[in-house]
Amino acid sequence: MNGNIETPALGLKSREQGSRAISPRIPRRAWPLQRILGPVGILGFLLTWELIPRVGIVEARFLPPASDVIAALLRYSGLTAFWVSVGETLLAWFLGLLMAVIAAIVLGFLIGSSTFLRTATNSTVEFLRPIPSVALIPLAVLLFGVKIESSLMLIVYASFWQVFIQVLYGVADIDMVANNTAKSYGLGPMARIRYVVFPTALPYLMTGVRLAAAVALILAITAELIIGSPGLGREIALAQSGGSIAGMYALVLATGLIGVLINMLMRFIEKKTLSWHSSVRSEVIV
Amino acid sequence: MNWAKSFGYVVGLPLLLVLIWWATTMGRPNFFFPAPALLMDTFGDVWFGERIITDVMPSLGRLLTGVIAAIGIGVTTGLLIGSVKWLRALLEPTLEFFRAVPPPVLVPVLMLLMGITDSMKVVVIISGCIWPVLLNTIEGVRAVDGVLSDSSRTYGIAGWARIRYLVLPSASPQIMAGIRQCLSIGLILMVISEMFASSSGLGFTIVQFQRSFAIPEMWSGIIVLGLIGVALSFIFQWTERRVLRWYHGQKEVENAG
Repeated sequence: MNGNIETPALGLKSREQGSRAISPRIPRRAWPLQRILGPVGILGFLLTWELIPRVGIVEARFLPPASDVIAALLRYSGLTAFWVSVGETLLAWFLGLLMAVIAAIVLGFLIGSSTFLRTATNSTVEFLRPIPSVALIPLAVLLFGVKIESSLMLIVYASFWQVFIQVLYGVADIDMVANNTAKSYGLGPMARIRYVVFPTALPYLMTGVRLAAAVALILAITAELIIGSPGLGREIALAQSGGSIAGMYALVLATGLIGVLINMLMRFIEKKTLSWHSSVRSEVIV
Repeated sequence: MNWAKSFGYVVGLPLLLVLIWWATTMGRPNFFFPAPALLMDTFGDVWFGERIITDVMPSLGRLLTGVIAAIGIGVTTGLLIGSVKWLRALLEPTLEFFRAVPPPVLVPVLMLLMGITDSMKVVVIISGCIWPVLLNTIEGVRAVDGVLSDSSRTYGIAGWARIRYLVLPSASPQIMAGIRQCLSIGLILMVISEMFASSSGLGFTIVQFQRSFAIPEMWSGIIVLGLIGVALSFIFQWTERRVLRWYHGQKEVENAG
């Protein structure tokens, strides 16, 4: 089945599940050094970054030392304008993601639960999905100009497919025995969707939403960078063309931090909504 | 009969959509959405000529160079980082940060460091594509079955043979998942690096058309990008089926059991 290809993308979850199933005998060794090594790595990276321009491998004009960039980032964090553009980026990200997720859930459950619709739409989906969303940039500019709608159009298009495909896989993954049991107990179509189909598809859905959240951020920044709709991306382009190099690096750093935060938030939400699922309930040995 | 039915399923909806498109653009010509016939005409005029050599080929060349380099570097470093425990612990948070940086913001940075050159565009593609491959390879190497790993150690399989016959195959499903993500990021970055700073290439040409309000030409460019995306995804699916044939076979057996 096609869904199997997707499972590796579940990353962490499938791995934990797998290793627990195969070797529950090995107790996890407590290794306090492991916790220290990560921050040491980050420090090492910052130190290397600091040294490269200081020693003169790359001119400081093009790559300012880490301390300068961090100082610029701290300076930015005191400015209202910075937080306004962060807010604009996050607003586009959130609205786009929300619209994409709602559309994908509605269409995914509708198309996924009918074999006819699934086979009939398959070729169209396979054709539309790989079309890079940046191809729509010129169209977005023509239709909406440099406004948030342009960003939204790109974000919705790109993140829709991530969620939609996952929902299709999820709906297809439903256990026929459970479904027939529900049927014989007299559960109607709506009740079956609520109690059988939805719980089966939820882990797939959450994976899709997590992937889509990352994609939506990429597209939000891209739209701002290329089109010039308001947000962090536009600030980066402005800082670069205005010659504020440390400022540009600081803004890039800020987008990375936002990315990390969004990833953490999504993992957290996933864990909370799937707390009943065997991939999260660690005490259960599958 | 069966063949005709599945053919009907494949062609049915696209045909219907084109018909709707054709019908809606028939009455009054819409400035933004050209009729299919006009679009087909323009497509032929614009892209079958020297533009294929001056714009499409260089773009594709940069994309392929970047993606292949990213896969090569990603898989080798991933194997190294994945098999050395302390190295993994040391680098993982830093790598996670780099993955979280939206790749397009690297375009202005690399433009500054390298100038507007072809190699800058290739480096942009590599620097965006490498993360999914690298991190998925690390995950894959980490998830090698403990029993298999132990037995290969008992048989004295070590060094290169261990990587070739144990680590690479068992990490390959995850590596392929990473490569799939890397392809679409690569295409995005190819277009963006050309839209942002270039005087040739697909992305540049499409933006040029849009700025001069050559709408059918712009659409034909969008279609070229779409076709490239579709072609890439088919090539990938074909390769993936070959590379992971054993894996899908194994899954089928497991599901049947």
